[in-house]
Amino acid sequence: MTFMSLVPRLAIPLLLIAVALLPFLAPWSKVMLTLALAKGLAVLGIVVLLHAGQVSFGHALFFAVAAYSAAFLGQAFGGGELVSMVLIGVASAVVVGLLVGLFVVRYRYIFFGMLNLAFSMIVFSVLEKFYHYTGGSDGLQVARPLVLGIEMERPAFESLLFYGGLVIAVIVAWAVHRYFDSPIGHMLKTIKTNETRLEYLGVSARRVLLVGYLVSAALCGLGGVLMAVAQGIVTPEYAWWIRSGELVFIAILGGAGSVSGAFVGALVYEVVRTYASAFAGDVWQMILGFFLLGIILYAPRGLIGVYGSFMGRIGSNTASGKEAKRRAMEAAE
Amino acid sequence: MNLQLIALAVFDGVAYAALVFMVAVGLTLIFGVLRILNVAHGSFYAIGAYVVASVGGAIFAAGWSPWLAFPLMLIAAAVVGIVLGGLIERLLLRRIYDKEEALQILVTFAVFMILEDVQRLVWGVQPYFEATALQSLGNIQVFGVYYTVYQLILLPLVALAVLAGLRLFLRHTLSGRLILAVTEDREAATAIGIDTDKIYLMTFMLGAALAAFGGALASATTSVLPGIGADMIVLSFAVAATAGLGQIEGAALAALLIGLGRSFAVYLMPELEVLIPYLIMLLVLLWRPEGLFGVTQTRKI
Repeated sequence: MTFMSLVPRLAIPLLLIAVALLPFLAPWSKVMLTLALAKGLAVLGIVVLLHAGQVSFGHALFFAVAAYSAAFLGQAFGGGELVSMVLIGVASAVVVGLLVGLFVVRYRYIFFGMLNLAFSMIVFSVLEKFYHYTGGSDGLQVARPLVLGIEMERPAFESLLFYGGLVIAVIVAWAVHRYFDSPIGHMLKTIKTNETRLEYLGVSARRVLLVGYLVSAALCGLGGVLMAVAQGIVTPEYAWWIRSGELVFIAILGGAGSVSGAFVGALVYEVVRTYASAFAGDVWQMILGFFLLGIILYAPRGLIGVYGSFMGRIGSNTASGKEAKRRAMEAAE
Repeated sequence: MNLQLIALAVFDGVAYAALVFMVAVGLTLIFGVLRILNVAHGSFYAIGAYVVASVGGAIFAAGWSPWLAFPLMLIAAAVVGIVLGGLIERLLLRRIYDKEEALQILVTFAVFMILEDVQRLVWGVQPYFEATALQSLGNIQVFGVYYTVYQLILLPLVALAVLAGLRLFLRHTLSGRLILAVTEDREAATAIGIDTDKIYLMTFMLGAALAAFGGALASATTSVLPGIGADMIVLSFAVAATAGLGQIEGAALAALLIGLGRSFAVYLMPELEVLIPYLIMLLVLLWRPEGLFGVTQTRKI
């Protein structure tokens, strides 16, 4: 086994280590990476639904619900406490996910996407209009919370958010991976390929999709809380349909249906967005738009797919690649 | 709520519905034929409004007749539809008809993002206001309420004319019947020799022109500023989905329903104004998943 053939398998751990070390080399990157992690978690929620072939254009709703829950909690308890904020934020996203999910799992494709959009727009307008409670379009401040009763300085808190977020992201990514491999995860994929067959097997497709929907709501909620405490402010814009579209965009960018793609996509997106808005503030949306078109038209499997075919090309030129080819030829004979 | 307030709310609702209808009918027409939900539709609306507001502002300042505002709207709509709509269909959409629904929506989403910045580059971020067309028609008193002739009479008349014209075009002309045939069954239409590429291009240009026309008409009643396209697209989605995607006459009724619901909310419960269209859509879809006038699709094997 040569080094080159190991690269694809080591890529994810290597990337993780690189991301974990980056703040030491460039301290300013910590917040940007935390935001990317938060978006990556939410995108993972979109990826879960993509496995069922469904696209939600309203998942920013759960992002916002969790973020606002955390903000309310913080305001009610003089700053609040991080772990309880995360738990209650995710829990409220799941509760809202259940209420919305019970309705939307009866629909597929465009209507599924549209109904999600409608629900998210309702929450968006409520957040914007009822400013006595939500602070209107100015949003709510989220003070730096205590962590298990301990008060932390800003740099230490930022490090905790980033490394804590990274650990959670790894655990969650692994869990989602397991979920996809479990019987109910395979049933979820069947909704995309052949829903009728699923029903013939005596399985309720709606219930399977509802489970997937709750998982995706929880993931978006987790991302939302992380975003809220990292940014220190929540605004109705969290629930805006453009944000939902952005999440779907990142899922496609990274590689539709790929768990690691969600985070790679979010990382690339956040970096491009940060630099594009700094150096080309007027046209950064345009740059992203062309980027998205390029991906869909020329690399439909996303960044992960581009990487895979690149590695495949290198692999076939190395010794082990030739060895594998020879063996395949022998087997064919 | 006295009679005058009710009259005011009805007038507001009708004027607003007429504008939304123009955009939603284009969206629903495109969906019916191309089976693509066009997110960039709001951009056509915004660009139509910008073109009329900026060109109109320039020529009226140069002393041209204010009556030119009306032909200008038609020209702007046609140009946006044919040039912009045509380019997008030929260069982009044509390549994605065989792709997944989700990817098709994302392609139009990308076009929307690009056009959003294009507007900002061309017209800047300051609002444009050009109400010459509105002022040139004057006011009228109905039920003790003063209202502009433009909004109370012209807009609904234009919307009705568009509705009648579309019906006539689709049912009684060859091109229109070809469009209907493709809507009904794309495969069968191709099999009997209908050039679907041409139909797609034509439909998309027509739909885009309708959205731009809606924007052109709206530019006289409101200031044109960044973000109007994003608001309009979600609203016209709501109208089109409430009616049932692909339903043209239904879109008119749904626009009226949503327009009136919204204007009554403005007078009764102002906080709910923005909510009403989505609540109506939600209630309708929960009760009839295919929309008010939609027909259940039979499964094709």
